[in-house]
Amino acid sequence: MSEIADKVKKIVVEHLGVEESKVTPEASFIDDLGADSLDTVELVMAFEEAFNVEIPEDAAEKIATVKDAIDYIEKQKAA
Amino acid sequence: MFRLDGKVALVTGASGGIGSAIAATLHAQGATVVLSGTREAVLQQQAAALGSERVYYVAANLSEPEEANSLIAKAEEKAGAPVDILINNAGLTRDTLALRMKDEDWDQVINVDLSSPFRLCRSALKGMLRRRAGRIVNIASVVGATGNAGQANYSAAKAGMVGMTKSLAQEAGSRGVTVNVVAPGFIVTAMTDVLPEAQKEKLQSQIPLGRLGKPEDIAAAVLYLCSDEAGWVTGSTLHVNGGMAMI
Repeated sequence: MSEIADKVKKIVVEHLGVEESKVTPEASFIDDLGADSLDTVELVMAFEEAFNVEIPEDAAEKIATVKDAIDYIEKQKAA
Repeated sequence: MFRLDGKVALVTGASGGIGSAIAATLHAQGATVVLSGTREAVLQQQAAALGSERVYYVAANLSEPEEANSLIAKAEEKAGAPVDILINNAGLTRDTLALRMKDEDWDQVINVDLSSPFRLCRSALKGMLRRRAGRIVNIASVVGATGNAGQANYSAAKAGMVGMTKSLAQEAGSRGVTVNVVAPGFIVTAMTDVLPEAQKEKLQSQIPLGRLGKPEDIAAAVLYLCSDEAGWVTGSTLHVNGGMAMI
């Protein structure tokens, strides 16, 4: 697993207070990890801060799963 | 009841009549207070008047967006703890009839009385939501609900503040953070002292409780909304106006 994926996972565990084993790539923040809309906003802001990237509103809306977040950040970092 | 021991409260516009009464009341109930205003010398005096414990001050010009955006962080640095209570009390007026109101009169009032409170709410909420606790009280005005000739800008800003408060209350409710408004009527301050005696008498005759308000009347309402006891009150506007407008 990439460094970015590790860090994303850690942030999700921290913010949502869920068990690490539940944070699989396919896990949906809202459906599987119990997040509400405010949690997802807070997560996106935490990602922005941790990775020093900007995630615009329309991109943030498409980040539904752990993998979505990892992919988006990896793409930004590669660019 | 209504104790605030261990809480940190930031009061903007703390050098004014209402702001200083709010700060004194919250401080008397045990809160650590951070006074904010534009005039450093006045803040220093006021801080000293509250005693040597649990009082800090930060000078800030809230017409500058960056200063509004960084005020919470600065207050937390001074107090050494997160801001639990935010009182958006700072405001200014540029009164004139609409026909003569310049764009800059409009823009300045909207900026300081509406945009800057929003900026402060936004940065305070970040920590409050994470900590699952917090109180925001926005100080509006009766004219936000009734309007007032000569105050198109000010009444628009204060009405805007009410709408903003209701939206924020909905966003923050699930985290136990409350956001409310206190809407003062005519209060005796430096701002109303300059009115002619005849006008003051006329004002008084429109107030069922027969007197102008005191800053402490407002401070008591603010204290209630800051307290743990008000934990089931959010998005509401508490009108404190001696009955002048029953809304």
